Amino acid sequence: MIQKVRPHPSQNEPLLFELSSPGKRGYQLPELDVPAADPAVELGGENVRSEIEDFPEVSEVEAIRHFTRLSSWNYGIDLGLYPLGSCTMKYNPRVNEAVARLDGLSWIHPYQSEDLSQGAMEIVAALERALAEITGMDAVTVQPAAGAHGELAGIFLVRAFLESRGNARKRVLVPDSAHGTNPATVRMAGYEVANAASNERGMVDIEALKQMVDEDVAAMMITNPNTLGVFEEEILEIGRILHAKGALLYMDGANMNALAGIARPGDFGVDAMHLNLHKTFSTPHGGGGPGAGPVAVKRFLEPFLPLPRLKRSDAGWRWDYERPQSIGRVRAFYGNFGVLVRALAYIMAHGGDGLKRATLDALLNANYIRKRLEPHYEIAYPTPTMHECVFSDRRQAAHGVGTGAIAKRLIDYGFHPYTVSFPLIVRGALMIEPTETESKRELDLFADAMIAIAQEAEENPELVRTAPHSTRTAKVDEAGAARRPVLKWRRTT
Amino acid sequence: MLDTLGMGRLEDLYAQLPNQVVLKGPLNLPAGKSEYEIVDYFRARGAENRHDGPSFLGAGVYRHYRPALVDAVVSRGEFLTSYTPYQAEISQGTLTSIFEFQTMMCQLTGMEVANASMYDGSSAVPEAALMAMRARPGSGRNRVLIARTAHPEYRETLRTYGRFGAIEVEEFGYDRQSGQADLTDLERKLDQRTAAAIVQSPNFFGIVENMKQAAALAHDKGALLVAVFTEAVSLGLLAPPREADIVAGELQSFALAPSYGGPLAGIIACKEPFARQLPGRLAGETKDANGNRAFCLTLAAREQHIRREKATSNICTNQALIALMATVFMAVYGKEGLRELALQNLSKAHYLGGKLRRRFNGPYFNEFVAVVEEPEQVNQRLEHQGIIGGLPLGRFYPELKDAMLLCCTETSRRTDMDAVAAAMSRAEACATL
Amino acid sequence: MYPENYRYTKEHEWVRLEGDIGTIGITDYAQKQLGDIVYADLPKAGTIVEQGKAMGSVESVKAVSEIYSPVSGEVIEANERLASAPEMLNQDPHGEAWLVKIRVSRAAEIDGLLSAADYQSFLGAGS
Repeated sequence: MIQKVRPHPSQNEPLLFELSSPGKRGYQLPELDVPAADPAVELGGENVRSEIEDFPEVSEVEAIRHFTRLSSWNYGIDLGLYPLGSCTMKYNPRVNEAVARLDGLSWIHPYQSEDLSQGAMEIVAALERALAEITGMDAVTVQPAAGAHGELAGIFLVRAFLESRGNARKRVLVPDSAHGTNPATVRMAGYEVANAASNERGMVDIEALKQMVDEDVAAMMITNPNTLGVFEEEILEIGRILHAKGALLYMDGANMNALAGIARPGDFGVDAMHLNLHKTFSTPHGGGGPGAGPVAVKRFLEPFLPLPRLKRSDAGWRWDYERPQSIGRVRAFYGNFGVLVRALAYIMAHGGDGLKRATLDALLNANYIRKRLEPHYEIAYPTPTMHECVFSDRRQAAHGVGTGAIAKRLIDYGFHPYTVSFPLIVRGALMIEPTETESKRELDLFADAMIAIAQEAEENPELVRTAPHSTRTAKVDEAGAARRPVLKWRRTT
Repeated sequence: MLDTLGMGRLEDLYAQLPNQVVLKGPLNLPAGKSEYEIVDYFRARGAENRHDGPSFLGAGVYRHYRPALVDAVVSRGEFLTSYTPYQAEISQGTLTSIFEFQTMMCQLTGMEVANASMYDGSSAVPEAALMAMRARPGSGRNRVLIARTAHPEYRETLRTYGRFGAIEVEEFGYDRQSGQADLTDLERKLDQRTAAAIVQSPNFFGIVENMKQAAALAHDKGALLVAVFTEAVSLGLLAPPREADIVAGELQSFALAPSYGGPLAGIIACKEPFARQLPGRLAGETKDANGNRAFCLTLAAREQHIRREKATSNICTNQALIALMATVFMAVYGKEGLRELALQNLSKAHYLGGKLRRRFNGPYFNEFVAVVEEPEQVNQRLEHQGIIGGLPLGRFYPELKDAMLLCCTETSRRTDMDAVAAAMSRAEACATL
Repeated sequence: MYPENYRYTKEHEWVRLEGDIGTIGITDYAQKQLGDIVYADLPKAGTIVEQGKAMGSVESVKAVSEIYSPVSGEVIEANERLASAPEMLNQDPHGEAWLVKIRVSRAAEIDGLLSAADYQSFLGAGS
């Protein structure tokens, strides 16, 4: 039944510190063409370190083998489907890697004079234009380093705008289905969080919302489609309710992969939003970053955007620092430029039609998975879903098998798990987003695996509960890791 | 597949959207391009940037040679295209390398715990400030003091976070002779409401600070010391800030070309008592069900996906791939190599620094401030020789408008440094006419 | 299962009053809900706590739960053994794994809490 994988290749590779031996080296620096400075003289003896204790010394061959062996213990998009909901694990095009590494784009310093950086500035401008078009917004900043950073900048913008109107207000509304970064961001921006309940269709409860929105509410943060994959069909009404009380509508753009080319947040009442370039726009996840979190806003928020901003002059592009209402900087320099290059390359490869086509394929793939799995897993809400769907583990839990165990068993079938136990409003959630990258073949292998596991949950629950069985490590003791944290290597001999 | 869904057209897939919000026409974007055209476009943009030829810019972003192994490793699909290692059993590659990274960061900084990366050095500073405030809940300490010798854009970032996140930020000055932070000014400003003093070393002027004394002063008033670094290579030679409580820094030097300022990779490290206040991810050692060593993300209850509004930070995606690049870099150079690399940087900078009139007399690593009238004009002259000069400081320090920050690394050649010296002395000669 | 001489809250804490000292912990139901407990964040001796207000938290690998004090008073001791052995909370939540001892300021507050029988009905009712 298991078609995709053989047991994991195994290698007991030590840590760099355990491979280390004094005198081994992997580098060679050129001869100095200037006199060697004496650090004790130039810096003062007390400022010089004796040695870097226990720092590893390995040869080049040992280094490449070490990391290559480590890499063989990882899963990646290059190996197969990642059904992770709201992560949009799509293919990372290699041409994007090639262009990001061009010398002309990588060996430039942010403080080079603008005349010597026109190509880089044009790239930033082109990406800002494209993202504004895709989102239906008026102005874009590419400064934030990741989605959460963009959220933070976005709520800072909301606050700055409201302060300019005389009252920052107190609260930001966040749906109970929201990603954890949303309430965390709200707190970091100095607001209180108020949770907005969802209705039985998995959407924001409009009647409850009307009760919650008053002049103390600064904004609502929504994700659309939401973390259930459901489009907020009353989004226009949500915007109206907020705007009527002078509050703003912020959108977490993590699920933009469901909308690009078919609908634009700027057209349905959103005042500010962020995008995750490492999701919809294909920049690689790299094991957890780097990403980029551009923020797109309506015209009235433009004066508050982080500085500097690009402006056109007779002499070409310039960085404009004359922005008295700006919230300031959310980081040094201009943004994750290398990531921006990759995202622009992706957009260029697709064009408008291509982006729409990718979105349609993403919707098709997710709905196909949903259809194949619905007889076997309980769908969280009967509502139509877009690029992702959420099931509950209720049926399998009756046999003592929860979503976490199903996820681990899925590994034995050669797949990375889906998103486990999120969103919190679904009991034992299984959140699945295949993206447009996957072929029908891969989708069917995934569906077949999930169906087989559902059967195993009934007939052989112990097998599922003790999974995974085929990985290099058996189930990892996470409780032990947290109880007695060991966060670095220590010499024992 | 549409048949399985009982649909006739792809457009049926979003039939539930209200009609008013559905786009009626195509996006106004150029048509999709071929790979060849894309490469061509970016090559052309690259040609519009000066990227070859020597550069003496530092100021938080540094030019170091990148060992070939770095890209060879991170280009592997298993690293490049992998997800955050929440599923430990199929992410041991990433988790093991994060554990190694955390260890090496502790060894380099003299701290006891290090996280798996932050966005960059600049945003790591406000995160460190928030950490210092969290470390004493209910103490009423909501103020931080930052040296004016810290990177100007780091200070701006701290101010933005502070303005919205209720951190009161105040600066303390620097000594005009040495170029070091004025610790008398720090002492005067420290009070019972101060959560932390923040000092960068080497500082923005390239000068090594007196961290021991700064720490003593801060601790004396019940505040923590946050040590910041922008030039990771300095850690190969300089005494680490062992007296600090928290270290926030930038690792670009170990991993990346300047890349027009991003992506970068920050780090936060700290002493043991503050470990649970660390933002960001942490990898920990544990065992698997068969008793074999394994690694996993741990202490996740600090983070946003569990603690939500009470999380230590909202950070989710960080800079894992860049931390991996740094790990490879550090593995290639190793204990002796990092020291030799730092020594070369020191030697190059002191060669050029010795030929020029310097503004400050404090000890400097690979950057220094040279005095010259009209630094922009000197740079223009250098540009005609294909050399990018240093950073005129007037834009950040009005009192230093006749000064330029110069950086030399192991990539700086003697001939180019001689050219810079010549251009500067010509400017001097013209000025005295 | 649930000792008769303890009193309980709807947030799944228990308190045992001896004289004016109240010993506080979390219930067996709570530890089951949390799963493998990895850390307890407890208030230090001298901290003033108020009935119904959060005074600390208990963490498992995947979740955090606030602890709300069942009674008002001053913390006189936190259970230090939990720092090195948080798993005790899963093994003996009503006994060895008490969280804090408090000098109670308003003993009458106990009367408003649930008895063992009431708490068990509360659980049975599908809290």
